[in-house]
Amino acid sequence: MLYAMCFFLFVIGLYCALVKKNMVKIVIGIMIMEYAVDLFLIMLGYRAGGVAPIVGKDEFDAVSGMVKSSFINASVDPLPQALVLTAIVISLGSLSLMISICIRTYEKYGTFDITEIRRLKG
Amino acid sequence: MIIPLPVFVAVPLVTAFFLPLLGDKRRFGATILANIATGVLLVAAIATIGQSGVYQVGKWPIPLGINLVMDGLSGLVILAVSVVGFAAMLFSAGYMERYTAKPKYLSLFLLMVAGMNGVVLSGDMFNLFVFLEVASIASYALVGFGCEHEELEASFKYMVLGSVASMFILFGIGLVYGNTGSLNMAYASRSIAETGLTRGLVFALGLFVAGFGLKAALIPFHAWLPDAHSSAPAPISAMLSGVLIKTLGVYAITRVVFNVFGISIQLGWVLLVLGVLSMVAGGFLAIGQADIKRLMAYSSISQLGYVVMGIGLGGLIIAQGGSTAWASLAILGGLFHLINHAVYKSLLFLTSGSVEISTGTRQMDRMGGLGKVLPITRATCTIASASIAGVPPFSGFWSKLILVIAAVGAGYIWLGAIIVFVAVLTLIMYLKVQRYVFLGELPENLSGVEERRGSMTCAMVVLAYLCVLMGLLLLVPDLKAAVLDPAVDVLVNGISYSSRIISMP
Repeated sequence: MLYAMCFFLFVIGLYCALVKKNMVKIVIGIMIMEYAVDLFLIMLGYRAGGVAPIVGKDEFDAVSGMVKSSFINASVDPLPQALVLTAIVISLGSLSLMISICIRTYEKYGTFDITEIRRLKG
Repeated sequence: MIIPLPVFVAVPLVTAFFLPLLGDKRRFGATILANIATGVLLVAAIATIGQSGVYQVGKWPIPLGINLVMDGLSGLVILAVSVVGFAAMLFSAGYMERYTAKPKYLSLFLLMVAGMNGVVLSGDMFNLFVFLEVASIASYALVGFGCEHEELEASFKYMVLGSVASMFILFGIGLVYGNTGSLNMAYASRSIAETGLTRGLVFALGLFVAGFGLKAALIPFHAWLPDAHSSAPAPISAMLSGVLIKTLGVYAITRVVFNVFGISIQLGWVLLVLGVLSMVAGGFLAIGQADIKRLMAYSSISQLGYVVMGIGLGGLIIAQGGSTAWASLAILGGLFHLINHAVYKSLLFLTSGSVEISTGTRQMDRMGGLGKVLPITRATCTIASASIAGVPPFSGFWSKLILVIAAVGAGYIWLGAIIVFVAVLTLIMYLKVQRYVFLGELPENLSGVEERRGSMTCAMVVLAYLCVLMGLLLLVPDLKAAVLDPAVDVLVNGISYSSRIISMP
């Protein structure tokens, strides 16, 4: 169910990016898609009632010296969180570039409406 | 000599960091430094031919850490990126003088090269996404580098569709991780081979085809390409059409489809149909163009169709259990066309840049008779046109010949007919370029035009020689065994990729 809502959010962002006429709204749509994917990645690692994946002294098995399997089964998967951090940094880069292009375009054309920004044809 | 794999990413990345520090006053030094960096990459790429191996970043063993993988296919694409990057950088030295902030341009250029090399070398899905974004963001900025009306519009269009594609790819990567528990391509592939294609993985595959298809500008996803490739500065058009759409699009989708998911009959048909659609529709759209760079951009779609069609046909034959000989011939044709197209299409865009900088226009109906005043441009453009149209003995002829033989040999005679038909279309569109640009009467307002000599003509001549000599890659058995055959083997062997990577030291 949560995954379906995540996908729904993704589709809202896609709709917004492809249908809206205002450049800033298109950028917002792309960011909604980005957040939907980030949310999806976070949910992949989520466990109901899970613990933070930080291994303390108590979590080692006394006999084998390995981390207890009960701890591994209860802890949250940390990898998607690392992925999301990276993805957020990348999206910050592309967002700032997109916004600066929007500003430059506004200076040239005096509008954000993409139906009026049409010099390229064919 | 064994070249450590991170060199391909580190050299352009570090140089890109230092270039903007030089500032616009020391642009000569920055140009020299950037050219040295691409030169080093070219030497490294030639030295690594035939090398294969896995590099574990930070000594973390796979699947825990990130790994860089060099195999036949990566080596081939790296070679194409380095050759085109070297020539385009040499051309930029002269062409970009009229722009301000040249060191920033050079820095973005090298970032794009670093991103492409990273995509090709990465053996890890998420790492592939990161490098793909590095290359994409640099290319969005480069398309809009001139900051004029058309450039900004094209850049925005390209950026919106490129970002949507990136999100598709990231979503797909998330689904692969959720279903296989690994981001490493080799381990994900092993897990997929055990469990089979679950519903989540099929959805991920659909997202990958759409995402990488957008990056490769295959025909239903092509809307951004003609604008972006015609508005960018000429050396950047050469990089975008020559290698960027191939590394981010075709290379990535072949790697994912063949080596991670494993080819199936449906996937083979999807690639084949996308390829044929791009070939035919791209060809027809190109013929009607009056803008020289737009014509070349549409013809890129058409030529990229050949590559995807060849690889898809090979995959289809493998999935149907047909003869491996025909399958590897089809894939050989596709991959050979990939590097051929990288060379001659970048040369064509460089000649268009030379024409544009001399005449100040891209509209073909305002030109004519330029063959007399731009002799080197005319000669190199004729070689590249002959090559792309498939006139023997230039390089394009050999790859198209192989594709026709493979299609007919495998029993797809209609496909052979389409290939020949599109080759004729290509010939017509480049005859149009020759006729309008170089032949006929010189208009009066262009009578004082002169050719810019120096680094620009030098880059064009280098690529023109390559166009003539590329046929040797196929005809000399030693060269073929060193460069093309390992790349074909990687795709023909399919998902045995995973066991090879896991067992590699």
